[in-house]
Amino acid sequence: MLGVMLLAGLLVEWIPQLIRHGILGQGVWLDSLLADVMGSLAVGQPIVSYLLAGELQRAGIALLPVTVFIVSWITVGVISLPVEAAALGWRFALWRNAVAFLLALAIGVVTVGLLRAF
Amino acid sequence: MIAVYALGWLLNRRFIEASFGHFLELLESVLPILLIILLLMGLLGLIPRMEQRLQRMTGQRSGWRGWLLAITGGVLSHGPIYPWYPLLQKLQHQGARPALLAAFLYARSVKLPFLPLMAHYFGPGYTVIVTLSMILFSVINGRAVEVLLRRR
Repeated sequence: MLGVMLLAGLLVEWIPQLIRHGILGQGVWLDSLLADVMGSLAVGQPIVSYLLAGELQRAGIALLPVTVFIVSWITVGVISLPVEAAALGWRFALWRNAVAFLLALAIGVVTVGLLRAF
Repeated sequence: MIAVYALGWLLNRRFIEASFGHFLELLESVLPILLIILLLMGLLGLIPRMEQRLQRMTGQRSGWRGWLLAITGGVLSHGPIYPWYPLLQKLQHQGARPALLAAFLYARSVKLPFLPLMAHYFGPGYTVIVTLSMILFSVINGRAVEVLLRRR
């Protein structure tokens, strides 16, 4: 946990640089897609995604990509894909993660939409 | 991480000092929430025989009870997913619906002990919406996976 928070400290300092170099901060939809990919590749406790997402938001990233990042972190598992495939089959693992990847974007849209509506 | 910080210190001292400052701020803000999380995880660990309950009702004709069990089981299960794979594999071999297995895995994304931390960062309204969305979308994920698996 402390190691992850040290990593978060590095990322907090690195994220504004990502934005300055044009990797993040390219618009809500591109950021959301990038956040979906980043979250899908990440591993670790969900609590880490909350910490990093909070820092992303403080760095000026919109709530939609922030939400997509959190959801994809905890629903998509690219790194754990081989283990899931070994247990449940490659077709199951690939389809489940592919659908979860798309649904992360959907949940982001729904969440932001509902927050604005209410 | 210590080695990364040590190397970074040699290469860019100011960057590492600033990063360590962020780390200390994070630690200060998270500690109270972590204590609540530890307490909640201890309480959840007291729920008995979750594995057997999941095994009972995941067949092809389980209906709404199967969905309820898969989603509830996913929400209530905690810890790494890896220990759960053998059970899911056993259920799969016993004829469990792929939709229910997928829904269970998706519903695990709801981490009850960590919800206070999410609320701390993003507010209670956000937390409720995201949590309910993930529960609802676990059904969508399950149905979609089952339909896609039927296609050859």
